[in-house]
Amino acid sequence: MRPIIETNQLTKKFNGLIAVDKLDITVEPGENFGLLGPNGAGKTTTINMLCTILKPTSGTAKVNGYDVVKEANKVRKSIGLVFQDPSIDDRLTGRENLYMHANLYGVPASEQKERIENILKLVELEDRANDLMRTYSSGMRRRLELGRGLIHYPKVLFLDEPTVGLDPQTRAHMWKYIEELKEAHDITVVLTTHYMEEAERLCNRIAIMDYGKIIALDKPSKLKETLEGDVILVKANNLEELAKLLTAEFGFKKIRIVDDTVEITVKQGKSLLPRIVEATATQNIFVESILLREPNLEDVFLHYTGRGIRADSGKERYGLGAMKRRRIK
Amino acid sequence: MTELKGLYTLWLREVKRYLRNRTRILSSFMQPFLWLVIFGVGIGSSLRGALPTPELTYQELIFPGILGQTLLFTSMFMGISVIWDKEFGFMKEILVSPLSRFTIFMGKMLGDSTDSLIQGLIVIALGLVLGINITPIAVLLCLPVMLLTTFGLVSIGLIIASFMDNLESFGAIQSFINLPLFFLSGALFQLQSLPTWLQDISKLNPLTYGVDALRHVILGATWQPLQVQPLLIDIAIVCIFDLFMIIAGTWAFHRMK
Repeated sequence: MRPIIETNQLTKKFNGLIAVDKLDITVEPGENFGLLGPNGAGKTTTINMLCTILKPTSGTAKVNGYDVVKEANKVRKSIGLVFQDPSIDDRLTGRENLYMHANLYGVPASEQKERIENILKLVELEDRANDLMRTYSSGMRRRLELGRGLIHYPKVLFLDEPTVGLDPQTRAHMWKYIEELKEAHDITVVLTTHYMEEAERLCNRIAIMDYGKIIALDKPSKLKETLEGDVILVKANNLEELAKLLTAEFGFKKIRIVDDTVEITVKQGKSLLPRIVEATATQNIFVESILLREPNLEDVFLHYTGRGIRADSGKERYGLGAMKRRRIK
Repeated sequence: MTELKGLYTLWLREVKRYLRNRTRILSSFMQPFLWLVIFGVGIGSSLRGALPTPELTYQELIFPGILGQTLLFTSMFMGISVIWDKEFGFMKEILVSPLSRFTIFMGKMLGDSTDSLIQGLIVIALGLVLGINITPIAVLLCLPVMLLTTFGLVSIGLIIASFMDNLESFGAIQSFINLPLFFLSGALFQLQSLPTWLQDISKLNPLTYGVDALRHVILGATWQPLQVQPLLIDIAIVCIFDLFMIIAGTWAFHRMK
């Protein structure tokens, strides 16, 4: 089957700064493809080039078989887009925004009503459709934007950070909508995110991006398998000493200090826990807590980049609260 | 066909947004009212007998000028408002649509011009209430003249907005574009009585010809001896300016990210 998206050495530079570096990706029709990475990794720049908003500095990209530079108009007709930032007219009603979109994309007048009513039903905004957008909550706006992206039956739907800034409940709802929309319309979805759970839940394949490059690309389960094993998290009063001691004692290879925790990736974690505690006790290191868990995408990211995906909020990420939240989901 | 429909859609959006903003429509009465009633009557009384034509009161002389001023300020403001669209992200939705940049520019331009036109009609209504003599035919003739005048002015606003990212420099536009264009258009005085250097500068101002055309239409034969150019030449100059600005605007929208 012909790939729906194909990039070849796609590159974008801003004043000499390389935002996207010789990107080669192929997305198959019907796939849910995720671009995962920290802020500034080049995800949005990549999407913007694929959506014809930005011109590549070099390299080529094809969407639905059309070149994003030479056949930009055909690309635009083939894609739906939900931007990272809101892009609705807040002085029009929800329904008016949808009709406007349908007209901008040349949806035949005879089909507009039916499509729009169906979309409104899908994103559960029928009862608010005649209210001005400015009276909507941010979650409702997002839902309307998501629905709007589908009115012209695009082949590819780009979702740029679709749930950023939403509360967990709304986010879970959005995921449900995205899954339903995909089911109903048989489209390819490309989404960027820096939420691991989101990528894990929604994507068939994930490309991990950092500094404009793809550093890993596979199914979420395969990516996790590359870690081969468990993650042990140890909190202690002297992390440097602890890491040194554990390396000497057990010969750990994948060991690093992340914020206030020593992280060790091993094949078999369970039997090591008591031995770690035992080893530290003799060396005057006080272990505050020790945790064992299955690797998640966050660890995968750490594995490939050597740092957390949200370096700016790393503390919270490894806190016990974050762990609990993850388990509840 | 798709392009035409898109054009209509963009036009409709601008007009809807305008009509929903009641405060703006209401406040649009205020400025021309002050100019016509206080400035017009005030200066008119001081100049009694010194006006170029005895048949015209000062208020009658400046009425077409104030109409032109309303078109200028409204057009510029509406054009600049594209910055809001950029700031609130709506511009992106339009720019990634399959519509050509020419259509997008024209849709915005025609929509904003329609809003300006409505604003102008409000001023004409105000003039009628104040007892300024405007015949029904003159009102009808004002419509195309106002539209043609506003096309170029809206385009200036749109072009500036396409280069700007925030509204902080809005004050600068008021001082560097609106007021000079207004004062140099002959809106408040009759050009022939000005010193040559001021006349020469004024003749470079496209709004001068818009105001002159409005005076031809509203004041009729009384204006002919005082005209800057005959009506048809005024219109031709305005049209050439519009055409030039539309080309420039399409280019400006092309390079907009």
